[in-house]
Amino acid sequence: MARMTFVGGVHPYDGKELSKAKRIRDYEPVGDMVYPLSQHIGAPAKALVKKGDRVLVGQMIAEAGGFVSAPICSTVSGTVKAIEKHRVVTGEEKESIIIENDGLFEEIDWPEVPDFESLTREDKIKMIADAGIIGMGGAGFPTSVKLQPKEPDKIDYIIVNCAECEPYLTSDYRKMLEEPEKLIGGLKVSLSLFDNARGILAIEDNKPDCIEKLKKMTADEPKITVKALKTKYPQGSERHLIYATTGRAINSKMLPADAGCIVNNVDTVIAIYNAVIEGRPLMYRIVTVTGDAINNPCNFRVRIGTNYSELIEAAGGFSKKPEKIISGGPMMGFAIFDLDVPITKASSALLCLSKDEVSSSEPSACINCGRCVEACPGRVVPKLLAELADRHDEENFVRLNGLECCECGSCSYVCPAKRQLTHSIKSMRKIALSHKKK
Amino acid sequence: MNNDLMNVSSNPHVRSKTGTQSIMLLVVIALLPAFGFGVYNFGIKALILVAVTVCSSVLTEFIYEVLMKKKVTVSDLSAVVTGLLLGLNLPPNAPWWIGLIGGVFAILVVKMLFGGLGQNFMNPALGARCFLVISYTSIMTNFDCDAYSGPTPLAALKAGESVDIMNMITGHIGGTIGETSMIAIVLGACLLLLTGVIDLRIPGTYIVSFAIFVMIFGGHGFDPAYLSAHLAGGGLMLGAFFMATDYVTRPVTKKGQYIYGLFLGIMTGIFRLFGPSAEGVSYAIILGNLLVPLIEKFTYPKAFGMGGEHI
Repeated sequence: MARMTFVGGVHPYDGKELSKAKRIRDYEPVGDMVYPLSQHIGAPAKALVKKGDRVLVGQMIAEAGGFVSAPICSTVSGTVKAIEKHRVVTGEEKESIIIENDGLFEEIDWPEVPDFESLTREDKIKMIADAGIIGMGGAGFPTSVKLQPKEPDKIDYIIVNCAECEPYLTSDYRKMLEEPEKLIGGLKVSLSLFDNARGILAIEDNKPDCIEKLKKMTADEPKITVKALKTKYPQGSERHLIYATTGRAINSKMLPADAGCIVNNVDTVIAIYNAVIEGRPLMYRIVTVTGDAINNPCNFRVRIGTNYSELIEAAGGFSKKPEKIISGGPMMGFAIFDLDVPITKASSALLCLSKDEVSSSEPSACINCGRCVEACPGRVVPKLLAELADRHDEENFVRLNGLECCECGSCSYVCPAKRQLTHSIKSMRKIALSHKKK
Repeated sequence: MNNDLMNVSSNPHVRSKTGTQSIMLLVVIALLPAFGFGVYNFGIKALILVAVTVCSSVLTEFIYEVLMKKKVTVSDLSAVVTGLLLGLNLPPNAPWWIGLIGGVFAILVVKMLFGGLGQNFMNPALGARCFLVISYTSIMTNFDCDAYSGPTPLAALKAGESVDIMNMITGHIGGTIGETSMIAIVLGACLLLLTGVIDLRIPGTYIVSFAIFVMIFGGHGFDPAYLSAHLAGGGLMLGAFFMATDYVTRPVTKKGQYIYGLFLGIMTGIFRLFGPSAEGVSYAIILGNLLVPLIEKFTYPKAFGMGGEHI
């Protein structure tokens, strides 16, 4: 039985009112563009260009480096300046193609788009793969791989993750309001790949306007239903979304396909539409630039590869000195110390906060209050796992389901002692997972 | 580079407003009705005694931390809660030095020597109370005072005498300073329940299982008068809502909390009905405290997707 929610979770301040009402604005970059070869899960893409080459908008500049990989195309016209390491949002330096933007945005001659009805399943998947589409909710798993499960007949739900449960983010919200036909179109393309699948648009009930609009638009679509979810973080977590909409629960070792589901994020579904119906590769991303330290919070349509610092200026600059700048939402985003990093396919927001709640609250002793246990959507005991992690007790950490943590941050959020539970657990998970792979 | 003074940390980047101090403050506020009634019921002596336990608890923590060159943590108010709970568990006529010894024992021996806040395996206030009962039995079991003399209602009940239920519910009876008024205690407990500091899992199971135990083994069957005398009498209400729910010394797992509540209910029943003393709450709870690691071990939850998703 579907419950439209899950057990656990938290209700942080959502901050969406800052940018909710702002229409999506196009932002055209002026500076150099940076394309990390690894913006997705899997093998890095292989560069197809070299220093000095002239490239055009839409030209593939790196091809997939394996089955689980994704190509990258240029989003500006200009000259390849270098292929070298460049900093990305996580703080690491990754091999990237750097293109000097000539500001002309000269496009390639787009190939003709074949008639949709004439396309086979393989054609469509190839178009999606060539467009470089990956899961744009943050994980970055190549979508073409996701759309080729072992047993396609057993897929009975394609769920579009329209929850947008991260506080402050409004990019999915704006897209649902401004491009609903593309969203529904993309879902129909996805449904055409699976004979037995029905589509679900799963939206948190704090977006009643989207729910109403999409319900109206899908009224004559027998295969598509709009489902209102209870507003609660992390409702958009893949496994919890599947549970909320279908009542099927999978653990971290299983794939959504094991529950007969495929879950795609709003942006990903729109990218599928653009690729198959309009013949355009993945070039844009909607990015919410927001936070109390930003003068004019905005939702931008940004060319992938644009430098973050350009977006801050485009949003009117800082209204006060930011203490913390986050790529993504406040619950799962990455704090960045350097704005000279590119927007990638998986970027969703740039959040500038004038106060850092983490550094202003010193961790103190655990009082065993159990709030982390109540909040944990993974149904583990975060305070115990964090203790084991701090003691490097990997064996017991794994035994007590430490790997089932989805790193959503709910435990650290609720902890009255302000302990960095998620941080400890995350670090240990990384170690344990790397040992498991060997 | 823009990295001057920019903070970085692992996710999440926001925190809830609830802190250890705000939780402890709520517990203190929730204890005020019981404390206030105790002072009204027993007079200024009760006020002085509670003041001694609170001050000695806080000072012990402060001095220990200064001497041991540890970070001073008295501002988290946990020592105030301990002192207050201990004070409310003393007979109103106890001399001031009983409060002093109790406060020092609770904080120094039960809490700080085991590593301070969060590390004690036994509720400090109850540990100290049991220590006092064993060491100064005649003082700790003498509930005679200006207002009341003779046995407490619970002792009278055990001896087969009749008791006045109304007085037991309002609290116009003899007993420890804070345990007499069921109304005042439940009022404070409601505050904690409404603010989410505690939930009904432990107190609910505790009280219900105790009531069932009394109905089965009390020899009166379902006799509302006898049953409500047992529920309102002694330290049951104070224990169930304020001491069995002590975060540090109760199981953190949900299932474990039900088992813990059930255990406390049964043990309190056994102590009260079959033990030599009319009371049983304190011993039941500290005995329960000792079983917490075991209960937690056997009630570790199933993870999401492994059968634990609906709990």
